[in-house]
Amino acid sequence: MEEKNALVEIQGLKKYFSSAGGINHAVDDINMKIQRRTTMGVVGESGCGKSTLGRTIIRLYDPTEGKILLDGEDITEVRGRKLRKVRERMQIIFQDPYSSLNPRMSVEETIREPLKESRRFSRKELEEKVDELMDQVGIEDRLRLSYPHEMDGGRRQRVGIARAIALNPDFIMCDEPVSALDVSIQAQVLNLLMRLQDRLGLTYMFVTHDLSVVRHISDNISVMYLGQLVETAPTRELFRNQLHPYTKALLSAIPSIDIDRPMQRVQLKGEITSAINPKPGCRFAPRCLFATEACNQPQTLTEVEKDHFVSCCRVNEIN
Amino acid sequence: MEQNENFLQVRDLVVEYTSGGQVVHAVNGVSLSLDRGQTLGLVGETGAGKTTIAKAILDILPNPPAKVRSGEILVDGQDILKLSEHEKLKIRGNKIAMIFQDPMTALNPVMSVGEQITEAVLLHNDFTRTQAEARTVEMLEMVGIPGQRYVEFPHQFSGGMKQRVVIAMALACDPELLLADEPTTALDVTIQAQVLEMINDLKTKLNTSMILITHDLGVVAETCDNVAVIYAGKIVEFGTKRDLFKAPAHPYTLGLFDSLPKMDDDSKELHPIPGLPPDPTNLPRGCSFHPRCPRATEACSREGEIPMIELSPGHFCRCIRTGGNN
Repeated sequence: MEEKNALVEIQGLKKYFSSAGGINHAVDDINMKIQRRTTMGVVGESGCGKSTLGRTIIRLYDPTEGKILLDGEDITEVRGRKLRKVRERMQIIFQDPYSSLNPRMSVEETIREPLKESRRFSRKELEEKVDELMDQVGIEDRLRLSYPHEMDGGRRQRVGIARAIALNPDFIMCDEPVSALDVSIQAQVLNLLMRLQDRLGLTYMFVTHDLSVVRHISDNISVMYLGQLVETAPTRELFRNQLHPYTKALLSAIPSIDIDRPMQRVQLKGEITSAINPKPGCRFAPRCLFATEACNQPQTLTEVEKDHFVSCCRVNEIN
Repeated sequence: MEQNENFLQVRDLVVEYTSGGQVVHAVNGVSLSLDRGQTLGLVGETGAGKTTIAKAILDILPNPPAKVRSGEILVDGQDILKLSEHEKLKIRGNKIAMIFQDPMTALNPVMSVGEQITEAVLLHNDFTRTQAEARTVEMLEMVGIPGQRYVEFPHQFSGGMKQRVVIAMALACDPELLLADEPTTALDVTIQAQVLEMINDLKTKLNTSMILITHDLGVVAETCDNVAVIYAGKIVEFGTKRDLFKAPAHPYTLGLFDSLPKMDDDSKELHPIPGLPPDPTNLPRGCSFHPRCPRATEACSREGEIPMIELSPGHFCRCIRTGGNN
């Protein structure tokens, strides 16, 4: 959260969708800074708006309100050729490598496509780049002509990663990139992502619901609930000292493999509701054990300790 | 693994799928047993054969392509595979119920959830319609869904709520054995915590035996009494939860633990198991895990069955490099 040179900064970002029941406040007034060469983990349950946030930042959706700055430059409204340039710098890795790859394109064609689109490389250079990328993400050369259905999930995800890093982006939004993989393969892909970050100086936003994964890969973590940021802090700090009641419940819900440590679980009542036409005030209040009258007022994200921001008016009373 | 009074006994189960002229060796000689009121966790990666074992127990594998080559499945001493179709119908959903992984596809989208449960209740009990409906409302409320939602359709429920409906349906006929196939995988952690706690409560209340299929070792740690680790259609390690979590022995089990990002460890690099699970149409000779195993020697790839070794009472491991000589 240092002031200087955040690679990505968003200010008051909103993304609303109109739906049958009203306006869905999927992303509602979020501020965030992501420093260069760091990973910002974004966690929350399904429907909390974490993927929408990521997709809005990389301009896959047009924001309803707010600003997106890339390297200090406002990219909220850029169009046409300028947007294409922005897209080269901001890439995405999708959750499901099977549905995000074209089933009729081979590994080679898939990786070559973005390079070709950039019109910067000769035919020979293209081949060299494809070789280099396949090597970087660890896809064996014999799979060059294979199609997505012929590969396992881990390899497919590696192809997605190769494609994302093809044009040397600065920022990659990783949208649940390992959720569809088995643990042994998941570990291989996580190691790869971290190695690439070191080698290429990448900045990640890592969206996931898996808290042990996010803890492993992130420098900072933001916790979202129904379109809003409820808490953000450096990873170690967040796992040591959760201040928002939702974060406490979320972290205590992770099943532990330590069979001797008795579970002290903060049980939540009810389920995540929806962000359609929300009332002002804390959206977590209906499920919160500490909710009072004051929680019906709009909440603001406040710095409670250094770099540790919480959006809860009762934070000092309950901690 | 032999004990008396086992409610469920599976002996030497072998299941194959035939696809495009190739034989997929899905389950290769699995034996296990389960007492009343106990929970057994089946752990393993995609394609290890976990779901096939559960479906074989209910005898609901599609044939073709699936074929139970050999083996016995004894429920209360009765071999399910030898029963007539009519007798099997009485067992399925009644004595043995299954919770499927994906609640979205397990429910009928054009029938209210209440009707779906009532249908099952009427089928297996001598109830009048009114009694059956009352039972359904009781079940819905037991899993935390207000009875008024009887008339609602699956799309009106969230994922967690749908999974509760599926659980209510599975428990509606007081099954003696519950087969839960990744019951919480599709759910968020806070909802998962609620559903696991609910399953644990109900199990104690009704003394139901359960087989819990999962790839999540954390879920196993919270719910199971015994654990079987499955690799390429074989049990490679079996023991109590304590055996498995405190003294894991098989190199594959150790590999699974090493692959997990630890909540209390800040090391940067994870230690994945190298390589991929084997092609089930062409399993390696000897131990199926040997191509990925850091401890493998030439002996591990020799033809023939690797025996289960009892490391300590009740803790079994299928590895010639572990145990007695180590």
